[in-house]
Amino acid sequence: MRNFLDFEQPIADLEGKIEELRHLVDDGEVNIADEVGKLQTKANKLLTSTYAKLSPWQKVQVARHQDRPHCIDYVNALIEDFTPLAGDRNFGEDHAIIGGMGRFRGQSCVVLGHEKGNDTESRVKRNFGMARPEGYRKAIRLMELAERFDLPVITFVDTPGAYPGVGAEERGQAEAIARSIEKCLQIKVPLISTIIGEGGSGGAIAIAAADTVMMLEHSVYSVISPEGCASILWRSADEAKTAAETLRLTAQDLKELKVIDTIVTEPVGGAHRDPAGAIQSVAQEIENHLKDHMALDGGTLRSKRREKFLAMGRP
Amino acid sequence: MNWLTNFVRPKIKALVGAKPDVPDNMWHKCPGCGQMLFHRDLEANLNVCTHCDHHLRLPVLKRLASLFDDAAYTRIELPKVPVDPLKFRDRKRYTDRLKEARNKTGEEDAIVVGHGKMSGVDTVIAAFNFEFMGGSMGTAVGEGIVVAAHLAVQQKAPLIVIPASGGARMQESILSLMQMPRTTVALQELSEAGLPYIVLLTDPTTGGVSASFAMLGDIHVAEPGCMIGFAGRRVIEQTVREVLPDGFQTAEYLHEHGMVDMVVSRLDLKQALGNLIHMIMVKKISGNVELITRESIEDHLDQSDEEGDLKVASGPVEQPIPDDPKPKPIKKDDD
Repeated sequence: MRNFLDFEQPIADLEGKIEELRHLVDDGEVNIADEVGKLQTKANKLLTSTYAKLSPWQKVQVARHQDRPHCIDYVNALIEDFTPLAGDRNFGEDHAIIGGMGRFRGQSCVVLGHEKGNDTESRVKRNFGMARPEGYRKAIRLMELAERFDLPVITFVDTPGAYPGVGAEERGQAEAIARSIEKCLQIKVPLISTIIGEGGSGGAIAIAAADTVMMLEHSVYSVISPEGCASILWRSADEAKTAAETLRLTAQDLKELKVIDTIVTEPVGGAHRDPAGAIQSVAQEIENHLKDHMALDGGTLRSKRREKFLAMGRP
Repeated sequence: MNWLTNFVRPKIKALVGAKPDVPDNMWHKCPGCGQMLFHRDLEANLNVCTHCDHHLRLPVLKRLASLFDDAAYTRIELPKVPVDPLKFRDRKRYTDRLKEARNKTGEEDAIVVGHGKMSGVDTVIAAFNFEFMGGSMGTAVGEGIVVAAHLAVQQKAPLIVIPASGGARMQESILSLMQMPRTTVALQELSEAGLPYIVLLTDPTTGGVSASFAMLGDIHVAEPGCMIGFAGRRVIEQTVREVLPDGFQTAEYLHEHGMVDMVVSRLDLKQALGNLIHMIMVKKISGNVELITRESIEDHLDQSDEEGDLKVASGPVEQPIPDDPKPKPIKKDDD
């Protein structure tokens, strides 16, 4: 059973009809294969045209789609011998950020990423991908480890934002994020980040101040959620759609603003229609960029990374 | 009504003559204790309530004057940044909001960079102007921090940053988020040059500002009662669905939780910060200690002027270095 978004209703109707017709064929009625074929073509066309011109707000919905591949899917598909490493050595283990070592296409590496979970139980365990200070401090620890053992770091970003809770504030959420950004800009090993779904503000940049920042075609990355922005600037959360359009949060906008380096094309109908295809496209881009970065010495790599961020917003 | 207010009233005013030039508010009500405070008394006490020590906001230029030796400093002109690169418009255009803020404050953006002496030591201060769009951080503010850090490296001077900011400037969207790594890079250069970076946290320091340079100081000093945190109170209350206790996210709370080195009254800040800087920068008082002289500053400034990236604006009166640059140690209760 496929989960459709509101704006996909016409596609859902068509696909429903096709499904019905297929059952009729099974029943041995008159040959309606032609009809199914026609409808299928129509549905595909509609899907392609819908996804070719998604509005920013529609992209927000796609980026949050429950069937969209999550960090854990990328890790399972791409990282051989993945070995999770836990804890910040100070307070606890944060399941909102996955961290560990493994091999990406033969190359040992450190992997980090936000995980939102895919059912009620795992969503609660992962805190919907909203990390607490110990999550960012674990990220810092693993980036340090990567540098010490000369391993590249691959991160997957997918978070609504850092967790706004009492305990998180008590334990220094702001400081943890600040230090994590600092660590990204300090390490002398390659760092590649991909925004695979939602890039939510400080919680995202904490592990995304990278040599190469990539975004999936329909993912979003923003300083604040459209809902949050609407409630502050428009004084009404109902204006989220307007806010999404104003914030310039799509991959295409951010590429134009030179905030990200690469856009990874998604399968027709979004990554959730073909998770394996989306994951492989991301993997190919990671491999290409990794090769380039590994050819540089650590000092040069870091200088280039720093120069890139130092120029952000300059004309 | 429009005709009355816009046309008739100004005419009458012009006939009768404008009111004598007096401040609008001769008296301020202290938000802490509710006492009425005479504006001159309040000003003389650096906007600290004379009854309950509540710290009201201090305008940025007064802040700088209150910290530098003899209130003398040179203001650094900041390079222009692209205006409204995203063509942002909420209920108002961002360009209009900027214009309003500029008219209201007479400043270009929400940060002021000053350069002068503290305890006789050449020091760079970058201070936020909360009056300018809530001190929010966009590209111009990022630029201010970058320029301040680079100037400090160039002058081998310590850097003090004084945030008073609600966080990222939403009207610059992703570009404001990018100021977080951007300012961090500038501070790394300072740190790698072996120079101290002190943050003086004032009310408020939240969001993207607290989650980047404001929490990366070698030393964190905070003003009493100021609000410091990552998420806003309202957001947290909505998330955890309970009313937060009084004192949550105050300077004292952060001190208690190990995020702030000390909470210092505004009236003691000059001495406390001066003392820290002096201890770090002037390691031995007897012997051959080379204190940075006014001439060497001017040399540096001339050089930077020639390079064209930093322009020196004429600031308040320059004063000679005080005879005794060594500050007296302040008394602090240990608990």
